[in-house]
Amino acid sequence: MISYDQILSDKVKMVKPSGIRKFFDLASEMEGVISLGVGEPDFDTPYSVRQAGIRSLEQGRTYYTANNGLMELREGISRYLQRRFSLSYAPKDEILVTVGGSEAIDIGVRALVNPGDEVIIPQPSFVCYEPIVQLCGGVPVIIETKVEDEFRLTAKDLKEKITSKTKLLILPFPNNPTGAIMRREDLEEIAQVLRGTDICVLSDEIYAELTYGGVKHTSIAQLDDMWERTLLVGGFSKSYAMTGWRLGYVCAPAPIVAQIKKIHQFAIMCAPTTSQYAAIEAINNCDEEIEAMRDEYDARRRFIVDAFNKMGLDCFSPRGAFYVFPCIKSTGLSSAAFCEQLLQAKKIAVVPGDAFGACGEGYLRVSYCYSIKHLKKAVEKIGEFIRELG
Amino acid sequence: MDKLLRLLRKEGAMEPAQLAILLGEEEAAVAARLRELEDQGVIMGYRAILDFEKTGEDHVEALIDLKVTPRKDCGFDYVANKIAQMKEVESLYLMSGGYDLSVKVVGKTFQDIAMMVARKLSTIEGVTGTKTHFVLKKYKEENVLFSTEKIDERGLTNL
Repeated sequence: MISYDQILSDKVKMVKPSGIRKFFDLASEMEGVISLGVGEPDFDTPYSVRQAGIRSLEQGRTYYTANNGLMELREGISRYLQRRFSLSYAPKDEILVTVGGSEAIDIGVRALVNPGDEVIIPQPSFVCYEPIVQLCGGVPVIIETKVEDEFRLTAKDLKEKITSKTKLLILPFPNNPTGAIMRREDLEEIAQVLRGTDICVLSDEIYAELTYGGVKHTSIAQLDDMWERTLLVGGFSKSYAMTGWRLGYVCAPAPIVAQIKKIHQFAIMCAPTTSQYAAIEAINNCDEEIEAMRDEYDARRRFIVDAFNKMGLDCFSPRGAFYVFPCIKSTGLSSAAFCEQLLQAKKIAVVPGDAFGACGEGYLRVSYCYSIKHLKKAVEKIGEFIRELG
Repeated sequence: MDKLLRLLRKEGAMEPAQLAILLGEEEAAVAARLRELEDQGVIMGYRAILDFEKTGEDHVEALIDLKVTPRKDCGFDYVANKIAQMKEVESLYLMSGGYDLSVKVVGKTFQDIAMMVARKLSTIEGVTGTKTHFVLKKYKEENVLFSTEKIDERGLTNL
């Protein structure tokens, strides 16, 4: 009889499963649930992008591509980053196309982290950074961002956590789940701390196109002395509504990409070919579609922030991504209890804030990837729930 | 297009307070602008878009191509104004191409519409020919898809 517990990898066993699995299971067993829980756009992928994918299939373009991705796509990404953010990356050896932003984060961290290296992770943030660092034998060092700082990473907090073992800073902005962004001046303070060190930055900019209120996204790679230490992670999922296509990219100096490429080449070979052909259309011809979707999210953002504030729940006005992160401390309930009771009483599903790190306790992540009509119905029910709590 | 107009086109009529939240502007300013747009006739009205297959009422629509001899003094306007006043006529356009006026007519039955064309439209002086095309199924109207009910296939929650 095999003792599975003994044969499985210690590192993998150490990774904690998502703490809110129970809540997800409960929600999925109920009928008629109105969800504000998803982290993906409700828009269909732009029509011309879908057509480009179909056309490539009709033409029988179904072979592996180069490991780094189709040259035409890399050239498109290079032009896009130049056009939107004044960033220069050479298609030949500074851009690698990945299976979603997720793969880019995974292989980026793996290419850098040695056992014992410390990786600084601001939280609340997306859930994958900590386990990936642990699987590399690295040590996650958490910085808790605060509502009074608009959930931004501050230079002061960063400085306090830097040690001789610090290898990498994860910079997850615009942020899931808080909707926080880092303005150029905020990034400049971070850059000031990093200058003269060997600390690298993995800048997860998957939501770069989704910023509101006239603030355009700035990448830390744009700042002096930062390009050389930055791994920029981008992707098509959020901005082009292409989650299911699984396509992202990582851009970095050539010596870093050369190492990343080895992991990608042995683990993945290349990103899906059909998705790459579709993405060429997206990156070259869909700036207008992005803008239309951003405007729509922006209206929903204002609607939902207003609705939560009217309910008496403090709601930080997010500047990016497509989530709001209202505070529920005034109700006296924990995040988990609030979400569970809301689900039971009103059949509304939102995600407890502590799913994104312990410091998310006392908050909810509410997605506005839904029509205004859907949002209206949902916030009315949440309002009822709050009133009934007294 | 102006953001206010685009929003109204998409979501329909709304209170200025609600519009102001969605646009991120002051309520008073939005209310004033809305009044101005209505007064100037930029906004001509607000209507519900119905799927008549679900109302349970008899409802037939047809698009009718009319050939018209234009008048010396007022071109197609004379005939067009006559037709526009008929209550069965929902829309009316002057067209380029193989015919002149396109008339959208609504009735309870196919017979209703056939009689309306025969008695009211083809008898107008200057109308020299008609072609009636009945609407069999609606796929899309006013940017709303009718044919397929869109089901949200996303999971309830993901991170």
